[in-house]
Amino acid sequence: MSKIVRLKKGFDINLAGKAEKTLDKLDRTETFAIIPSNYPGLQRPKPSIEEGDTVKAGSELFFDKKNAHIRATSPVSGEVVEIKRGDKRKLEYIKILADKEIQFKSFKENSVSDITNLDQEDIKKQLIESGLWVNLIQRPFGIIANPEDQPKAIFISGFDTHPLAADIGFTLKGQEKYFQAGISVLNKFASGTAHLGLSADSEVPSVFSQIKDIQVTKFSGPHPAGNVGVQIHHLDPINKGDVVWTIRPIAVVWIGRFFLEGKVDLRQTIALAGSEVKNPRYFETIAGASVNKFLQGNLENEHVRIISGNPLTGQRINQDGYLGYYDNLISVLPEGDNYKFFLTEGWFSPQFNRLSAHRALLLFSFLNGKKKEYKLDTNMNGEERAFVQTGIFEKVVPMDLLPVYLLKAIMAEDYDEMEALGIYEVIEEDLALCEFVDVSKMDVQQIVRDGINLMLEA
Amino acid sequence: MKFLRDIFDKVKPNFEKGGKYEKLYYPFEAFETLMFTPKTTAPQKGAHIRDAVDLKRLMMTVIVALVPCLIFGIWNTGHQHFIAIGEEADFMTKFLFGSKYVLPIVVVSYASGLGVEFLFAIFRKHPVNEGFLVTGMLIPLIMPATIPLWQVAVATIFSVVMVKEVFGGTGMNILNPALTARAFLYFAYPSQISGDVWTVLGDNAQTVEGYSGATALSIAYESGTGENTSNLIQAYGSFWQPDMFSIKSMFIGTIPGSIGETSTLMVLIGAVILLATGVGSWRIMLSMVLGVAAMAIGLNIIGANEYMNLPFYYHFVIGGLAFAIVFMATDPVSAAQTFAGKWIYGFLAGVLTVIIRVLNPAYPEGVMLAILLMNVFAPLIDFYVVDANKKRRLKRATV
Repeated sequence: MSKIVRLKKGFDINLAGKAEKTLDKLDRTETFAIIPSNYPGLQRPKPSIEEGDTVKAGSELFFDKKNAHIRATSPVSGEVVEIKRGDKRKLEYIKILADKEIQFKSFKENSVSDITNLDQEDIKKQLIESGLWVNLIQRPFGIIANPEDQPKAIFISGFDTHPLAADIGFTLKGQEKYFQAGISVLNKFASGTAHLGLSADSEVPSVFSQIKDIQVTKFSGPHPAGNVGVQIHHLDPINKGDVVWTIRPIAVVWIGRFFLEGKVDLRQTIALAGSEVKNPRYFETIAGASVNKFLQGNLENEHVRIISGNPLTGQRINQDGYLGYYDNLISVLPEGDNYKFFLTEGWFSPQFNRLSAHRALLLFSFLNGKKKEYKLDTNMNGEERAFVQTGIFEKVVPMDLLPVYLLKAIMAEDYDEMEALGIYEVIEEDLALCEFVDVSKMDVQQIVRDGINLMLEA
Repeated sequence: MKFLRDIFDKVKPNFEKGGKYEKLYYPFEAFETLMFTPKTTAPQKGAHIRDAVDLKRLMMTVIVALVPCLIFGIWNTGHQHFIAIGEEADFMTKFLFGSKYVLPIVVVSYASGLGVEFLFAIFRKHPVNEGFLVTGMLIPLIMPATIPLWQVAVATIFSVVMVKEVFGGTGMNILNPALTARAFLYFAYPSQISGDVWTVLGDNAQTVEGYSGATALSIAYESGTGENTSNLIQAYGSFWQPDMFSIKSMFIGTIPGSIGETSTLMVLIGAVILLATGVGSWRIMLSMVLGVAAMAIGLNIIGANEYMNLPFYYHFVIGGLAFAIVFMATDPVSAAQTFAGKWIYGFLAGVLTVIIRVLNPAYPEGVMLAILLMNVFAPLIDFYVVDANKKRRLKRATV
C-alpha cells in the first residue's frame, strides 16, 4: 500500500463551469504558435528558421543562445508564416500554418527493451534534439532543467487541484504504454527515486493503476495538495544545493511516445472550462494551438477573460491567442472591470456568491457548503494595502514555511533571508492561494518570481 | 447608484494628474473607494480571481464588534451619573445624557486622527489606509467620559504621528496606536485620566452620601487594610448603591470606568463576533486569559497580602482587562505575527498584567502597560520563532 500524506491546510476554489468529461475533436486549427515567454528560464531565444520555411513536427524553431539545451521544436508540420518581434527585437512568437496531415521528422525508434539499455547521455541528447527537454523543470526556481545536473529525485504530480483543472486521468486515457515508457526513460536520471503523487480522495485513474518503477504516494486535502512543490516538501524537501526535477504527466507521455515511435507528437487532451463557456468540455489538440476555434460560438458573452492555464496561475491571452506550451486548460471567466457600490456589491454588502476563505463581516460563503460552485470575476475586490492581517497565509500553505516573512525578505532583497526562509522550495503556484486570500491584495506570485530572479542573478 | 458613480466620474479628472486639485487625489480616492470598490482587475498573469474580502471589510468587522461596547458605554455614562447624584432616570434619559458626553469624544477622535492620516497621504502621496477606522473607535472607548476633548485630540494626533506615521504608516507600527494614545494621556495629563474621573457628575451636581467615584480596581489596589479584597470591593460601593460592585454588576458593567471597558458581557459579544468571523486571533485571546489566570492563581498561592488573595476571575471583570484582551492584544500589526509567537505573546501579556496590577506600587491598571510592553517584545518573540523555522530548514541541508 502506498503511503498517504494528509494535508489540512489549503483552500479549494470550486468554480462553476467545469469541463464535462466528453471529448471533442475539432478540425485541426489552422495556426499554431510557439511563444518563447512560455519557457521558464529561457534567456535569449534565436529563431532557427525564417518566415516562409516549411517545417515538420519536431523540427527546431528556436534555441536559447545562453543555454544550448533549451530548444523548441515545432508541434506541427507546415509553413512558418510569421516570426513576430517586439521591442528591442524581442522574439514574441513563431506562427506556423499547419498542414492538414502532420508530417513528422523521424527520430530513432526504440522498443521497450531498448529503452532499458539506453544510457543517460544518449537520452539527454535525444531529448534536447527533439525539443522535449524543455518539459523537465528543475526545482529550485522552476526553470528548465540543466542537463549537467544530477537530480536527487524526479517528481510527477498525477492530479491537479487547481480551480477548473483538467482531470488528468481523463486527459491521459489510453496512454498507459507511453506513460510507462516515459517513466523508464526518466528513471535513467533520478539518482534517488522517481515519485508519483496521486490523490487519496479519488480513484486511481487507469493510466496510473498498473504503473511500475516509480514511488507512488497519495495526498489528501484541499488545494494545493496537487501541486508538485507541496508534494516535494512532504516527501523529500529541497535544501540548498539540491536539485529536483519535475515534469507534467502529459510530458511523460510525449517522452514515452517519442522514444517508442521516434516522433515528436505533442497531441494532448485539454479542457475548456469556466463559467463563461456555454459547453465546457474536453478537446483533443496539440500544444500551441490557436484557441479561437475552441471559443468560437462557445462563449456566453464577449466581455470575458480568456486564460491559458487555470484561474490561479494562468496567463491571460486574447481570443485569437494560443494555448501555452505547458497548459492543458483554457479558462474563461467574466471580466470584472466594473465599480461595485459598497452597499450592494462592494465592501459592506452581504455576500453569499462571492467566495471567501475569510468569514469577515457579511461574507457568508462559508455557509454554502463545499459543493457550491462559484462564478467569480476578475475584479480585485479591493485596493492594494500594507500587510495587516496575519495568519491567513499560513492557513493556505501546507508547507513548513512562513510566507509573509519570505515575501518581506524578497521585497527587502535580502538574499540570506530568502534562502533561510525557503525560496528554494517554492515557485509562484505554491503561493498562488496566498495571492487569492490576501486582504492586502498584493501580487504575491510576482513577488515570488522577483525573488527567484534575484536568486538566479546572484 | 449610477447617479453617484456619474458624479464621481465627472469630478475625477480634477483630481487626477494635471487636474485642478491634483494634490487632493488621495483624499478623493479615499472617498471614492469608500463608496465604490474600484474596477481594477487582476493582472495578466497570476491569480485572476480574488477573495471577496478586503481591508475595509476586515476593519469594519472590528468596528461592528465594538458597537455593543460603545452603546453600553453611552448608556452607562448616563447610568453612573444618575447613581452618583441619587436620581432615578429611564433608559433613554441615561442614553441621551451619555451621548452628550461620549459622541463628541468619538467625533474628535475620528476627526483629528483622520485629519492627520489625510495630511500624510497628501504629502507622502500614498493612499489613505483603513487602519484608523478601528483606532478611532478604540480611543474613545478607553477614555473616561470626563476627558477634555482637546486632550483626546492631542493624544490621537500624538499617537498617529509618533506611533504610526513615523514608522511608515499602517502595518508598520510597533505599538498599538490606541493604547499609546491612552498611555500618552496617562503620563502627560494624569489628573484627567486617573483618580476619581470615571463618573460624569455634571455641573454643580450633589452626589449622594458615601459616593467616592472609585473604580473596583482602585479599591482593590488600595486594599491594604488587611480586609479581604473581594469583600472590600463588594462592600465599598454599597454605601451609595446596593450591589454596586457585586460580581454580577461588574460582569454586566454597571460600574464606573472607561467608556467602553466596563462591561465584560459586551466585550464577550464583541469577542464572539471577532472569533466567529476569524478576524481576531483566538490564540492571543486564549493565551492571555490563561496568562492572567496562571499568574493570579500563582499569587493566590503565595498570598502575602489580601490583594494577592483576590480570586483570579475578579481580574477579568474589573478594570479594562477583558476589553484589552479582545480588542487591544489582538491587533494584528502590533502583536506577534507567528502562530507560536501569538501564544507566547498573549500568555506573557496576561502574566504582566497581573504583576503590574497586584505587585507594583504605582499603577492600579496594568493591562495597558503590559500590552504596550509586549508590543515591544513581539518582534523579538517572532524573531525566535522564525529563527527556529530557519534552523529546521538548515538542519536538513547538506551543503
